[in-house]
Amino acid sequence: MLTVSLVPRPLAFQRNARYSTPEKANSWAEVTGYNNFYEFGTGKEDPAQHAGRLRTRPWTVVVDDECAAPGRFALEDILKPHPLEERIYRLRCVEAWSMVIPWIGFALADLIRRFEPTSRAKYVEFTTLHDPKQMPGQRHDVLDWPYVEGLRLDEALHPLAILAIGLYGKELPNQNGAPLRLVVPWKYGFKSIKSIVRIRFTEAMPRTSWALSAPREYGFFANVNPEVDHPRWSQKTERRIGSSNFLARQPTLPFNGYGDEVAGLYRGMNLARHF
Amino acid sequence: MVRRYAKPVVFLLCLLPAAWLVAGIIALQSGDATSVAARALGANPVEKIQDTLGIWGLRLLLATLSVTPLRVLLGWPKLYLFRRMLGLFAFFYIAMHFLWYLFVDQAFDWVTLAADVVKRPYVTAGFTAFVLLVPLAATSTARAMRRLGRRWQRLHWLVYAAAVLGCVHFWWQVKADIREPALYAGIAALLLGWRVVQTQLRRRALRVASAIPASIRSPPPTVRSSTDSPSSHQPSIAASTGSPTDATATNSGSRWRSDQL
Repeated sequence: MLTVSLVPRPLAFQRNARYSTPEKANSWAEVTGYNNFYEFGTGKEDPAQHAGRLRTRPWTVVVDDECAAPGRFALEDILKPHPLEERIYRLRCVEAWSMVIPWIGFALADLIRRFEPTSRAKYVEFTTLHDPKQMPGQRHDVLDWPYVEGLRLDEALHPLAILAIGLYGKELPNQNGAPLRLVVPWKYGFKSIKSIVRIRFTEAMPRTSWALSAPREYGFFANVNPEVDHPRWSQKTERRIGSSNFLARQPTLPFNGYGDEVAGLYRGMNLARHF
Repeated sequence: MVRRYAKPVVFLLCLLPAAWLVAGIIALQSGDATSVAARALGANPVEKIQDTLGIWGLRLLLATLSVTPLRVLLGWPKLYLFRRMLGLFAFFYIAMHFLWYLFVDQAFDWVTLAADVVKRPYVTAGFTAFVLLVPLAATSTARAMRRLGRRWQRLHWLVYAAAVLGCVHFWWQVKADIREPALYAGIAALLLGWRVVQTQLRRRALRVASAIPASIRSPPPTVRSSTDSPSSHQPSIAASTGSPTDATATNSGSRWRSDQL
Protein backbone atom coordinates (compact mmCIF):
# COMPACT_ATOMS: atom_id res chain seq x y z
CA MET A 1 0.00 0.00 0.00
CA LEU A 2 1.12 3.50 -0.73
CA THR A 3 1.73 5.57 2.36
CA VAL A 4 1.51 9.33 2.25
CA SER A 5 4.08 11.05 4.39
CA LEU A 6 2.80 13.91 6.50
CA VAL A 7 6.27 15.38 6.82
CA PRO A 8 6.75 18.06 4.15
CA ARG A 9 9.22 16.86 1.55
CA PRO A 10 12.34 18.89 0.79
CA LEU A 11 12.48 20.68 -2.57
CA ALA A 12 15.36 21.46 -4.90
CA PHE A 13 15.63 25.20 -5.55
CA GLN A 14 17.92 28.14 -6.22
CA ARG A 15 17.99 31.25 -4.11
CA ASN A 16 16.80 34.39 -5.93
CA ALA A 17 18.75 37.15 -4.17
CA ARG A 18 17.54 39.92 -6.44
CA TYR A 19 13.92 39.55 -5.34
CA SER A 20 14.63 38.60 -1.72
CA THR A 21 14.61 40.91 1.27
CA PRO A 22 17.59 40.73 3.64
CA GLU A 23 15.21 41.04 6.61
CA LYS A 24 15.13 38.22 9.14
CA ALA A 25 12.54 35.61 8.16
CA ASN A 26 9.86 34.54 10.61
CA SER A 27 10.25 31.17 12.26
CA TRP A 28 8.67 28.02 10.84
CA ALA A 29 6.38 27.95 13.90
CA GLU A 30 5.16 31.50 13.25
CA VAL A 31 4.67 31.05 9.52
CA THR A 32 2.81 27.75 9.91
CA GLY A 33 0.99 28.44 13.20
CA TYR A 34 -0.59 31.86 12.66
CA ASN A 35 -2.68 31.86 9.50
CA ASN A 36 -5.77 33.33 7.94
CA PHE A 37 -7.32 30.50 5.92
CA TYR A 38 -11.06 30.70 6.61
CA GLU A 39 -11.66 27.39 4.80
CA PHE A 40 -10.34 25.80 8.00
CA GLY A 41 -11.88 28.22 10.51
CA THR A 42 -11.63 31.91 11.29
CA GLY A 43 -9.25 31.65 14.26
CA LYS A 44 -5.55 32.16 13.61
CA GLU A 45 -4.71 28.72 15.00
CA ASP A 46 -7.60 26.94 13.24
CA PRO A 47 -5.79 26.29 9.95
CA ALA A 48 -2.83 24.55 11.64
CA GLN A 49 -5.30 22.50 13.63
CA HIS A 50 -7.74 21.49 10.90
CA ALA A 51 -5.82 21.58 7.62
CA GLY A 52 -4.65 17.98 8.09
CA ARG A 53 -7.90 16.87 6.45
CA LEU A 54 -6.94 18.39 3.13
CA ARG A 55 -5.67 15.83 0.59
CA THR A 56 -3.27 17.50 -1.80
CA ARG A 57 -2.49 14.38 -3.88
CA PRO A 58 -3.81 13.84 -6.45
CA TRP A 59 -4.49 17.50 -7.31
CA THR A 60 -5.95 18.86 -10.51
CA VAL A 61 -5.81 22.40 -11.82
CA VAL A 62 -8.18 23.64 -14.52
CA VAL A 63 -6.88 26.36 -16.83
CA ASP A 64 -9.59 27.82 -19.05
CA ASP A 65 -11.47 30.57 -20.89
CA GLU A 66 -9.46 33.23 -22.72
CA CYS A 67 -6.35 31.22 -23.56
CA ALA A 68 -5.11 29.15 -26.50
CA ALA A 69 -4.19 26.06 -24.47
CA PRO A 70 -6.91 25.37 -21.90
CA GLY A 71 -7.29 22.05 -20.10
CA ARG A 72 -7.36 20.01 -16.91
CA PHE A 73 -3.90 19.26 -15.63
CA ALA A 74 -2.42 17.10 -12.92
CA LEU A 75 -0.43 19.31 -10.57
CA GLU A 76 2.78 17.54 -11.60
CA ASP A 77 2.21 18.60 -15.20
CA ILE A 78 1.53 22.18 -14.15
CA LEU A 79 4.79 22.30 -12.20
CA LYS A 80 7.10 20.24 -14.45
CA PRO A 81 8.61 22.93 -16.71
CA HIS A 82 9.34 25.40 -13.89
CA PRO A 83 12.65 25.47 -12.04
CA LEU A 84 12.06 26.43 -8.40
CA GLU A 85 13.57 29.39 -6.65
CA GLU A 86 13.48 30.78 -3.14
CA ARG A 87 12.10 34.29 -2.67
CA ILE A 88 12.15 35.88 0.77
CA TYR A 89 9.20 38.24 0.71
CA ARG A 90 7.47 40.50 3.18
CA LEU A 91 3.82 39.61 3.69
CA ARG A 92 1.53 42.37 4.92
CA CYS A 93 -1.90 41.28 6.15
CA VAL A 94 -4.83 43.68 5.81
CA GLU A 95 -5.19 43.24 9.59
CA ALA A 96 -2.02 45.34 10.11
CA TRP A 97 0.44 42.59 10.95
CA SER A 98 3.31 41.35 8.80
CA MET A 99 5.81 38.54 8.40
CA VAL A 100 8.85 37.71 6.30
CA ILE A 101 8.54 34.36 4.55
CA PRO A 102 11.02 32.34 2.46
CA TRP A 103 8.75 31.01 -0.28
CA ILE A 104 9.71 28.35 -2.82
CA GLY A 105 8.03 28.86 -6.17
CA PHE A 106 8.28 30.23 -9.67
CA ALA A 107 7.19 33.31 -11.58
CA LEU A 108 3.46 33.32 -12.34
CA ALA A 109 4.32 35.00 -15.65
CA ASP A 110 6.18 31.88 -16.83
CA LEU A 111 3.10 29.76 -16.25
CA ILE A 112 0.73 32.26 -17.88
CA ARG A 113 2.82 32.40 -21.07
CA ARG A 114 2.59 28.61 -21.45
CA PHE A 115 -1.17 28.82 -21.75
CA GLU A 116 -1.11 31.71 -24.26
CA PRO A 117 -3.82 34.09 -23.09
CA THR A 118 -5.85 35.55 -25.98
CA SER A 119 -5.98 39.26 -26.81
CA ARG A 120 -9.29 39.43 -24.93
CA ALA A 121 -7.73 38.25 -21.67
CA LYS A 122 -7.50 41.26 -19.33
CA TYR A 123 -7.53 39.49 -15.96
CA VAL A 124 -6.53 36.23 -14.33
CA GLU A 125 -8.97 34.69 -11.88
CA PHE A 126 -7.96 32.06 -9.31
CA THR A 127 -10.26 29.72 -7.37
CA THR A 128 -9.62 27.73 -4.20
CA LEU A 129 -10.82 24.15 -3.77
CA HIS A 130 -14.45 23.94 -2.60
CA ASP A 131 -14.99 20.80 -0.56
CA PRO A 132 -16.57 21.18 2.90
CA LYS A 133 -15.56 17.60 3.74
CA GLN A 134 -11.91 18.54 3.51
CA MET A 135 -12.36 22.20 4.42
CA PRO A 136 -14.68 22.32 7.44
CA GLY A 137 -14.75 26.12 7.50
CA GLN A 138 -16.76 25.99 4.26
CA ARG A 139 -19.71 24.50 6.16
CA HIS A 140 -20.45 28.02 7.40
CA ASP A 141 -21.38 30.90 5.11
CA VAL A 142 -18.62 33.12 6.41
CA LEU A 143 -17.70 33.95 2.81
CA ASP A 144 -19.40 33.05 -0.45
CA TRP A 145 -17.45 29.84 -1.21
CA PRO A 146 -15.38 29.00 -3.14
CA TYR A 147 -12.79 31.69 -2.47
CA VAL A 148 -11.97 33.65 -5.61
CA GLU A 149 -9.14 36.09 -6.20
CA GLY A 150 -7.78 37.82 -9.26
CA LEU A 151 -5.16 40.05 -10.81
CA ARG A 152 -5.08 42.32 -13.80
CA LEU A 153 -3.05 40.53 -16.48
CA ASP A 154 -0.16 43.02 -16.30
CA GLU A 155 0.01 42.57 -12.53
CA ALA A 156 0.02 38.80 -12.95
CA LEU A 157 2.87 39.07 -15.46
CA HIS A 158 5.01 41.13 -13.09
CA PRO A 159 8.14 39.16 -12.10
CA LEU A 160 7.43 39.63 -8.37
CA ALA A 161 4.16 37.67 -8.57
CA ILE A 162 4.84 33.99 -7.97
CA LEU A 163 3.08 30.70 -7.53
CA ALA A 164 4.48 29.02 -4.43
CA ILE A 165 4.58 25.33 -3.64
CA GLY A 166 6.88 25.47 -0.63
CA LEU A 167 8.45 27.47 2.16
CA TYR A 168 11.65 27.09 4.11
CA GLY A 169 12.89 24.67 1.45
CA LYS A 170 10.07 22.21 2.01
CA GLU A 171 6.66 21.57 0.49
CA LEU A 172 3.93 23.91 1.75
CA PRO A 173 2.12 22.72 4.86
CA ASN A 174 -1.62 22.53 4.15
CA GLN A 175 -2.39 25.54 6.36
CA ASN A 176 -0.19 27.70 4.13
CA GLY A 177 -2.14 26.88 0.99
CA ALA A 178 -0.80 23.55 -0.27
CA PRO A 179 -0.23 22.38 -2.84
CA LEU A 180 -0.26 25.54 -4.98
CA ARG A 181 -0.80 29.14 -3.95
CA LEU A 182 -0.33 32.65 -5.21
CA VAL A 183 2.06 35.13 -3.57
CA VAL A 184 1.75 38.81 -4.52
CA PRO A 185 3.99 40.60 -2.04
CA TRP A 186 2.91 44.20 -2.77
CA LYS A 187 -0.75 43.47 -2.03
CA TYR A 188 -2.52 42.62 1.22
CA GLY A 189 -2.27 38.95 2.07
CA PHE A 190 -5.85 38.04 1.18
CA LYS A 191 -4.98 38.50 -2.52
CA SER A 192 -2.50 35.62 -2.26
CA ILE A 193 -5.07 32.87 -2.73
CA LYS A 194 -4.34 29.36 -1.43
CA SER A 195 -4.94 25.77 -2.60
CA ILE A 196 -5.69 26.80 -6.19
CA VAL A 197 -7.80 24.48 -8.40
CA ARG A 198 -8.64 26.83 -11.24
CA ILE A 199 -6.83 29.53 -13.20
CA ARG A 200 -9.08 31.37 -15.60
CA PHE A 201 -8.32 34.14 -18.08
CA THR A 202 -11.17 36.65 -18.39
CA GLU A 203 -12.13 39.84 -20.08
CA ALA A 204 -14.18 41.10 -17.12
CA MET A 205 -12.75 41.96 -13.72
CA PRO A 206 -13.12 38.87 -11.48
CA ARG A 207 -15.64 39.10 -8.65
CA THR A 208 -13.26 38.48 -5.77
CA SER A 209 -14.42 37.10 -2.43
CA TRP A 210 -13.58 39.87 0.02
CA ALA A 211 -14.59 42.63 -2.37
CA LEU A 212 -17.98 40.89 -2.68
CA SER A 213 -18.27 40.30 1.05
CA ALA A 214 -17.51 43.89 2.12
CA PRO A 215 -17.03 46.20 -0.88
CA ARG A 216 -16.46 49.25 1.31
CA GLU A 217 -13.59 47.55 3.07
CA TYR A 218 -11.81 45.51 0.42
CA GLY A 219 -11.18 46.50 -3.15
CA PHE A 220 -10.06 44.48 -6.15
CA PHE A 221 -6.55 45.93 -6.19
CA ALA A 222 -5.80 45.79 -2.45
CA ASN A 223 -2.32 47.23 -2.86
CA VAL A 224 -0.62 47.82 0.49
CA ASN A 225 -1.14 51.54 1.04
CA PRO A 226 -0.51 53.35 4.34
CA GLU A 227 -2.42 56.37 3.01
CA VAL A 228 -5.71 54.50 2.59
CA ASP A 229 -7.10 53.25 5.89
CA HIS A 230 -9.31 50.24 6.19
CA PRO A 231 -12.66 51.74 7.28
CA ARG A 232 -12.24 50.07 10.66
CA TRP A 233 -8.54 50.48 11.35
CA SER A 234 -5.49 52.42 10.29
CA GLN A 235 -3.06 50.97 7.75
CA LYS A 236 -0.26 53.42 8.58
CA THR A 237 1.69 51.02 10.76
CA GLU A 238 2.02 47.30 11.21
CA ARG A 239 3.13 44.84 13.83
CA ARG A 240 5.92 42.52 12.68
CA ILE A 241 5.15 39.07 14.05
CA GLY A 242 8.03 37.67 16.10
CA SER A 243 9.69 41.06 16.54
CA SER A 244 12.13 41.09 19.49
CA ASN A 245 10.01 43.83 21.06
CA PHE A 246 6.55 42.37 20.69
CA LEU A 247 5.00 45.76 21.49
CA ALA A 248 6.65 47.63 18.63
CA ARG A 249 4.89 48.86 15.51
CA GLN A 250 6.71 49.83 12.34
CA PRO A 251 5.59 52.11 9.53
CA THR A 252 3.85 50.44 6.60
CA LEU A 253 5.48 51.18 3.25
CA PRO A 254 3.58 51.92 0.02
CA PHE A 255 3.24 48.71 -1.99
CA ASN A 256 4.72 46.94 1.05
CA GLY A 257 8.14 48.31 0.13
CA TYR A 258 7.99 47.05 -3.48
CA GLY A 259 7.06 50.44 -4.93
CA ASP A 260 10.23 50.78 -7.02
CA GLU A 261 9.28 47.63 -8.89
CA VAL A 262 5.49 47.86 -9.14
CA ALA A 263 4.35 51.49 -8.80
CA GLY A 264 4.53 51.83 -12.60
CA LEU A 265 1.66 49.36 -12.98
CA TYR A 266 -0.68 51.93 -11.46
CA ARG A 267 0.51 55.15 -13.10
CA GLY A 268 -2.36 57.57 -13.54
CA MET A 269 -4.70 55.62 -11.28
CA ASN A 270 -6.30 57.16 -8.22
CA LEU A 271 -5.28 54.57 -5.64
CA ALA A 272 -7.55 56.02 -2.97
CA ARG A 273 -10.49 55.19 -5.23
CA HIS A 274 -9.12 51.93 -6.63
CA PHE A 275 -8.08 50.63 -3.23
CA MET B 1 -20.63 29.79 53.99
CA VAL B 2 -21.14 31.62 50.71
CA ARG B 3 -19.40 34.74 51.95
CA ARG B 4 -16.55 32.83 53.47
CA TYR B 5 -15.78 30.21 50.83
CA ALA B 6 -17.64 30.76 47.58
CA LYS B 7 -16.75 34.45 47.24
CA PRO B 8 -12.98 33.98 47.45
CA VAL B 9 -13.23 31.11 44.95
CA VAL B 10 -15.20 33.19 42.46
CA PHE B 11 -12.80 36.07 43.03
CA LEU B 12 -9.81 33.89 42.13
CA LEU B 13 -11.64 32.41 39.12
CA CYS B 14 -12.34 35.91 37.82
CA LEU B 15 -8.68 36.76 38.24
CA LEU B 16 -7.43 33.68 36.35
CA PRO B 17 -7.59 34.99 32.76
CA ALA B 18 -5.67 38.12 33.76
CA ALA B 19 -3.12 36.10 35.73
CA TRP B 20 -2.60 33.85 32.70
CA LEU B 21 -1.93 36.87 30.49
CA VAL B 22 0.48 38.37 33.01
CA ALA B 23 2.36 35.06 33.24
CA GLY B 24 2.62 35.02 29.43
CA ILE B 25 3.90 38.60 29.26
CA ILE B 26 6.50 37.95 31.97
CA ALA B 27 7.67 34.83 30.13
CA LEU B 28 7.93 36.74 26.83
CA GLN B 29 9.81 39.65 28.41
CA SER B 30 12.26 37.30 30.05
CA GLY B 31 12.88 35.64 26.69
CA ASP B 32 11.21 32.37 27.61
CA ALA B 33 9.05 32.09 24.52
CA THR B 34 8.70 28.31 24.89
CA SER B 35 6.80 28.34 28.20
CA VAL B 36 3.17 27.29 28.14
CA ALA B 37 1.91 30.75 29.12
CA ALA B 38 4.01 32.47 26.45
CA ARG B 39 2.96 30.03 23.75
CA ALA B 40 -0.68 30.57 24.72
CA LEU B 41 -0.22 34.18 23.60
CA GLY B 42 0.54 32.89 20.10
CA ALA B 43 2.42 34.63 17.33
CA ASN B 44 0.68 37.96 17.88
CA PRO B 45 0.65 38.52 21.66
CA VAL B 46 -0.59 42.12 21.48
CA GLU B 47 -3.71 41.07 19.57
CA LYS B 48 -4.28 38.00 21.74
CA ILE B 49 -4.08 40.03 24.96
CA GLN B 50 -6.37 42.71 23.53
CA ASP B 51 -8.96 40.13 22.48
CA THR B 52 -8.74 38.12 25.70
CA LEU B 53 -9.27 41.19 27.90
CA GLY B 54 -12.22 42.28 25.76
CA ILE B 55 -13.98 38.95 25.65
CA TRP B 56 -13.66 38.44 29.41
CA GLY B 57 -14.98 41.94 29.98
CA LEU B 58 -18.06 41.10 27.93
CA ARG B 59 -18.48 37.67 29.51
CA LEU B 60 -18.33 39.10 33.03
CA LEU B 61 -20.67 41.94 32.11
CA LEU B 62 -23.22 39.38 30.92
CA ALA B 63 -22.52 37.26 34.01
CA THR B 64 -23.33 40.32 36.14
CA LEU B 65 -26.57 40.82 34.27
CA SER B 66 -27.50 37.17 34.71
CA VAL B 67 -27.32 37.29 38.51
CA THR B 68 -30.83 38.67 38.99
CA PRO B 69 -32.59 36.39 36.48
CA LEU B 70 -30.78 33.34 37.84
CA ARG B 71 -31.58 34.34 41.39
CA VAL B 72 -35.27 34.50 40.58
CA LEU B 73 -35.42 31.50 38.29
CA LEU B 74 -33.32 29.24 40.51
CA GLY B 75 -34.74 30.63 43.72
CA TRP B 76 -31.23 31.06 45.07
CA PRO B 77 -31.21 34.47 46.79
CA LYS B 78 -27.58 34.35 47.89
CA LEU B 79 -26.45 34.80 44.30
CA TYR B 80 -26.77 38.55 44.86
CA LEU B 81 -23.59 38.33 46.93
CA PHE B 82 -21.59 37.89 43.72
CA ARG B 83 -23.11 40.66 41.70
CA ARG B 84 -20.92 43.58 42.68
CA MET B 85 -17.79 41.48 42.41
CA LEU B 86 -18.70 40.26 38.92
CA GLY B 87 -19.56 43.79 37.88
CA LEU B 88 -16.31 45.21 39.15
CA PHE B 89 -14.33 42.44 37.45
CA ALA B 90 -16.18 43.18 34.21
CA PHE B 91 -15.14 46.80 34.61
CA PHE B 92 -11.57 45.74 35.41
CA TYR B 93 -11.25 43.68 32.21
CA ILE B 94 -12.94 46.33 30.06
CA ALA B 95 -10.72 49.05 31.52
CA MET B 96 -7.61 46.91 30.89
CA HIS B 97 -8.89 46.21 27.35
CA PHE B 98 -9.16 49.97 26.79
CA LEU B 99 -5.81 50.78 28.41
CA TRP B 100 -4.09 48.04 26.42
CA TYR B 101 -5.50 49.51 23.23
CA LEU B 102 -4.48 53.01 24.33
CA PHE B 103 -0.97 52.44 25.62
CA VAL B 104 0.18 49.29 23.87
CA ASP B 105 -1.69 48.85 20.61
CA GLN B 106 -1.78 52.55 19.72
CA ALA B 107 1.37 53.31 21.76
CA PHE B 108 0.28 56.77 22.92
CA ASP B 109 -0.53 57.82 19.39
CA TRP B 110 -3.16 60.34 20.48
CA VAL B 111 -3.93 61.54 16.96
CA THR B 112 -4.67 58.04 15.68
CA LEU B 113 -6.58 57.29 18.84
CA ALA B 114 -8.81 60.35 18.56
CA ALA B 115 -9.38 59.58 14.88
CA ASP B 116 -10.26 55.99 15.78
CA VAL B 117 -12.85 57.00 18.37
CA VAL B 118 -14.53 59.43 15.98
CA LYS B 119 -14.13 57.65 12.65
CA ARG B 120 -14.49 53.99 13.50
CA PRO B 121 -17.96 53.02 14.71
CA TYR B 122 -16.80 49.88 16.50
CA VAL B 123 -14.29 51.90 18.51
CA THR B 124 -16.94 54.54 19.22
CA ALA B 125 -19.32 51.87 20.52
CA GLY B 126 -16.68 50.21 22.69
CA PHE B 127 -15.35 53.47 24.04
CA THR B 128 -18.86 54.69 24.90
CA ALA B 129 -19.58 51.45 26.75
CA PHE B 130 -16.41 51.90 28.78
CA VAL B 131 -17.23 55.53 29.60
CA LEU B 132 -20.74 54.53 30.71
CA LEU B 133 -19.29 51.98 33.12
CA VAL B 134 -16.94 54.43 34.85
CA PRO B 135 -19.60 56.11 37.06
CA LEU B 136 -21.07 52.71 37.88
CA ALA B 137 -17.74 51.41 39.13
CA ALA B 138 -17.20 54.68 41.02
CA THR B 139 -20.56 54.37 42.79
CA SER B 140 -20.25 50.70 43.64
CA THR B 141 -19.61 51.27 47.34
CA ALA B 142 -22.27 50.93 50.02
CA ARG B 143 -21.70 54.58 50.90
CA ALA B 144 -22.33 55.82 47.39
CA MET B 145 -25.41 53.70 47.25
CA ARG B 146 -26.81 55.17 50.45
CA ARG B 147 -25.93 58.70 49.43
CA LEU B 148 -27.54 58.42 46.01
CA GLY B 149 -30.64 56.60 47.21
CA ARG B 150 -33.12 56.14 44.42
CA ARG B 151 -30.87 57.90 41.93
CA TRP B 152 -28.34 55.09 42.33
CA GLN B 153 -30.82 52.75 40.74
CA ARG B 154 -31.41 55.07 37.80
CA LEU B 155 -27.72 55.61 37.30
CA HIS B 156 -27.04 51.90 37.22
CA TRP B 157 -29.52 51.34 34.40
CA LEU B 158 -26.57 52.47 32.27
CA VAL B 159 -25.26 48.93 32.52
CA TYR B 160 -27.91 47.84 30.01
CA ALA B 161 -26.69 50.36 27.46
CA ALA B 162 -23.10 49.30 28.12
CA ALA B 163 -23.97 45.63 27.53
CA VAL B 164 -25.72 46.41 24.25
CA LEU B 165 -22.84 48.61 23.11
CA GLY B 166 -20.35 45.92 24.12
CA CYS B 167 -22.11 43.39 21.89
CA VAL B 168 -22.28 45.90 19.03
CA HIS B 169 -18.57 46.64 19.48
CA PHE B 170 -17.75 42.93 19.16
CA TRP B 171 -20.09 42.42 16.20
CA TRP B 172 -18.73 45.36 14.21
CA GLN B 173 -15.17 44.36 14.89
CA VAL B 174 -15.19 40.92 13.24
CA LYS B 175 -14.31 40.64 9.58
CA ALA B 176 -16.81 38.08 8.33
CA ASP B 177 -17.59 35.39 10.90
CA ILE B 178 -20.41 36.76 13.06
CA ARG B 179 -21.21 33.51 14.88
CA GLU B 180 -19.40 34.34 18.11
CA PRO B 181 -20.64 37.94 18.48
CA ALA B 182 -24.12 36.68 17.57
CA LEU B 183 -23.95 34.24 20.48
CA TYR B 184 -23.09 37.02 22.95
CA ALA B 185 -25.72 39.33 21.49
CA GLY B 186 -28.28 36.52 21.85
CA ILE B 187 -27.42 36.04 25.52
CA ALA B 188 -27.63 39.78 26.13
CA ALA B 189 -31.01 39.88 24.37
CA LEU B 190 -32.28 37.07 26.61
CA LEU B 191 -31.09 38.80 29.78
CA LEU B 192 -32.58 42.15 28.80
CA GLY B 193 -35.73 40.54 27.37
CA TRP B 194 -36.35 38.74 30.67
CA ARG B 195 -36.30 42.10 32.43
CA VAL B 196 -38.75 43.63 29.97
CA VAL B 197 -41.16 40.72 30.48
CA GLN B 198 -40.82 40.97 34.27
CA THR B 199 -41.61 44.68 34.14
CA GLN B 200 -44.70 44.05 32.05
CA LEU B 201 -45.88 41.34 34.45
CA ARG B 202 -45.43 43.64 37.41
CA ARG B 203 -47.28 46.49 35.76
CA ARG B 204 -50.17 44.11 35.07
CA ALA B 205 -50.12 42.83 38.67
CA LEU B 206 -50.17 46.38 39.90
CA ARG B 207 -53.17 47.26 37.73
CA VAL B 208 -55.05 44.21 38.98
CA ALA B 209 -54.15 45.03 42.56
CA SER B 210 -55.33 48.61 42.31
CA ALA B 211 -58.64 47.48 40.78
CA ILE B 212 -59.50 45.53 43.92
CA PRO B 213 -61.32 47.63 46.55
CA ALA B 214 -59.08 48.56 49.43
CA SER B 215 -61.41 46.95 51.97
CA ILE B 216 -60.77 43.46 50.67
CA ARG B 217 -57.14 43.95 49.78
CA SER B 218 -54.70 42.06 51.94
CA PRO B 219 -52.68 44.22 54.31
CA PRO B 220 -49.40 45.42 52.88
CA PRO B 221 -46.38 43.35 53.81
CA THR B 222 -44.45 44.80 56.67
CA VAL B 223 -41.13 46.42 56.02
CA ARG B 224 -38.47 43.89 56.70
CA SER B 225 -35.14 44.64 58.23
CA SER B 226 -32.24 45.11 55.88
CA THR B 227 -30.83 41.74 56.83
CA ASP B 228 -33.89 40.10 55.27
CA SER B 229 -33.30 41.83 52.03
CA PRO B 230 -29.76 43.01 51.83
CA SER B 231 -29.79 42.75 48.07
CA SER B 232 -31.52 46.03 47.56
CA HIS B 233 -28.80 47.71 49.56
CA GLN B 234 -26.04 45.66 48.08
CA PRO B 235 -23.92 47.99 46.03
CA SER B 236 -23.34 46.76 42.56
CA ILE B 237 -22.18 47.90 39.23
CA ALA B 238 -25.26 46.39 37.71
CA ALA B 239 -28.72 47.75 38.02
CA SER B 240 -30.59 46.47 40.95
CA THR B 241 -31.67 43.12 42.09
CA GLY B 242 -35.30 42.80 41.52
CA SER B 243 -37.14 39.81 42.80
CA PRO B 244 -40.67 40.75 43.74
CA THR B 245 -39.98 40.18 47.42
CA ASP B 246 -37.13 42.65 47.45
CA ALA B 247 -39.19 45.17 45.58
CA THR B 248 -42.04 45.09 48.03
CA ALA B 249 -39.71 45.18 50.96
CA THR B 250 -37.84 48.26 49.85
CA ASN B 251 -41.03 50.10 49.01
CA SER B 252 -42.93 49.46 52.18
CA GLY B 253 -45.15 47.15 50.21
CA SER B 254 -46.99 49.99 48.59
CA ARG B 255 -46.36 49.06 44.96
CA TRP B 256 -44.23 47.05 42.62
CA ARG B 257 -41.21 48.84 41.36
CA SER B 258 -40.64 48.48 37.73
CA ASP B 259 -37.08 49.70 38.07
CA GLN B 260 -36.12 46.75 40.20
CA LEU B 261 -34.80 44.89 37.20
